[in-house]
Amino acid sequence: MGRRGGPQRRPSRGRWTPFGLLSPGVIWLTLFFLVPLASLARMSLSSKQSRFDFEPSFNWDWSNYGDVFSEYGTQLSRSFGFAAAATVLCLLIGYPMAYWVAMHAGRWRNLLIGLVVVPFLTSFLLRTISWTVLLADSSMVVRAVRAMGLLRVLRAVGLVEGDRLLDTPLAVIGGLTYNFLPFMILPIYVSLEKIDLRLLDAAADLYASTGSTFRRVVLPLSLPGVFAGSLLSFIPASGDFVNAAFLGGTGNRMIGNVVQDRFLVQLDYPGAAAISLLLMAIITSAVLVYAKLLGTEELA
Amino acid sequence: MRARLFRAVLAAVTLAGFGFLFLPIAVIVVFTFNHPVGRFNLVWHGFTLDNWLHPFIRPDINATLWRSIRVASVAAAAAGVMGTMVALALVRYRFRGGALVNVLLVLPLTTPEIVLGSSLALLFLNRGIERSFWTIAIAHTLFCVSFVAITVKARLRGMDWTLEDAAMDLGAGPWRTFSRVTFPLILPGVLAAALLSFALSIDDFIITYFVAGEGDTTFPLYVFGAFQRELAPQVNVMSTALLVLSVAALAATVRYQRSRLR
Repeated sequence: MGRRGGPQRRPSRGRWTPFGLLSPGVIWLTLFFLVPLASLARMSLSSKQSRFDFEPSFNWDWSNYGDVFSEYGTQLSRSFGFAAAATVLCLLIGYPMAYWVAMHAGRWRNLLIGLVVVPFLTSFLLRTISWTVLLADSSMVVRAVRAMGLLRVLRAVGLVEGDRLLDTPLAVIGGLTYNFLPFMILPIYVSLEKIDLRLLDAAADLYASTGSTFRRVVLPLSLPGVFAGSLLSFIPASGDFVNAAFLGGTGNRMIGNVVQDRFLVQLDYPGAAAISLLLMAIITSAVLVYAKLLGTEELA
Repeated sequence: MRARLFRAVLAAVTLAGFGFLFLPIAVIVVFTFNHPVGRFNLVWHGFTLDNWLHPFIRPDINATLWRSIRVASVAAAAAGVMGTMVALALVRYRFRGGALVNVLLVLPLTTPEIVLGSSLALLFLNRGIERSFWTIAIAHTLFCVSFVAITVKARLRGMDWTLEDAAMDLGAGPWRTFSRVTFPLILPGVLAAALLSFALSIDDFIITYFVAGEGDTTFPLYVFGAFQRELAPQVNVMSTALLVLSVAALAATVRYQRSRLR
């Protein structure tokens, strides 16, 4: 621990060596990440002369952005609402899981954290399709929820409509929670695992209760993990269109579904580009605000 | 007393959480034994071993799976090399613009996939590059480079670089030092990152959906289309087999590393 590596001690072997090492990766990222983003920006300010004009011309046309809010305001706010709900659920389920595995699992720790990764090794789409089986109208899950009288509660909150679970907001939020839960557990686990257990002993010696030890020692030390986990679930969740397509029916389309439809079906590139960039801008500002709130300035 | 209750609640949530994570996987495995009626393997009709006895009777599924494996191999290899080089440069050398490179590495991972996919598709369209196997490989290499560079960088931080000095002191040249000392030291970390890149690539759907050509369906793309058309039990069989293989590979790596630590 704390062993400081080379840069300070060893100045350089060859002056240009680092740039040689960097260039393939950096050129790749520039060509296939930065340049495409620039062409996306350019396209978002272009306009089509007619409905069948497939080569829109660049003319600083800002109207595409205005159209996003007027036409897709619902989908945009729904996406961020669903993603936020899923992130909170991931945190509520994932934090206790990471905590239990890190603090109480003993020699099963590595095995259990390995199990968290296992879902990644099966197809993401097939797992989502499995939820359509589990939530189908006469499935055990639905019958159990109905028997417990939970359906009425969910209906009152507006998370489901009628007598079904499939094709409801609840199904989409549940699917997103499911898909991104491991992304929440892993970073929290990493930050909890690093905590020096002697700190907990010290807190107990000073007569701190379990609750206040957690609040004043464990929680602050795990905040970087919470931050990373929230980003890793919120960002992909807000741009996702698979869960909405499989579990949400026609009434719960998210902004990802709109981009996909605009770009690949309607071939409306300026519109799709404007939505994509707006999504990215909103996410970036949300991340910055969140970093300020949690006080974690460093990314990743 | 309250502490004990607290622990019990924690354990219960953890257990339920693992149940939640594994329920859909159980469904996938159970439905490999289903005898489906009609085109969709989504309703249980009866037990059969047929699907496991004839896993390869669907050439279309085989072809897409094989394509996914090839894309993932290309992406993991290319990203493994480029990402490791970037990580080495960032950890071993001090130079202007290092912070900027770090930001450039993180950005693709914090950008929604739909933005990555649509921007790349647009680039290919603008430049008149036909979407194909290679456009998929280029896109996958992109997010894998970031991933490899960041994970390998984290591993390299704790390394003992004095071993390089020792090799040099003993008269080894820079190339020999790298190939005989540095490279063997960083290899386990690089391999782990490349394996995870492989897993990321083989299961990627959203980006691939935008950059794949008409005839270049990968396994995830096939599954997405199959949900509307027909879903053969062989899809489940393939996924289950892949799952078992990768869990076995993972377990073997962990066991190997442990035996070397002892």
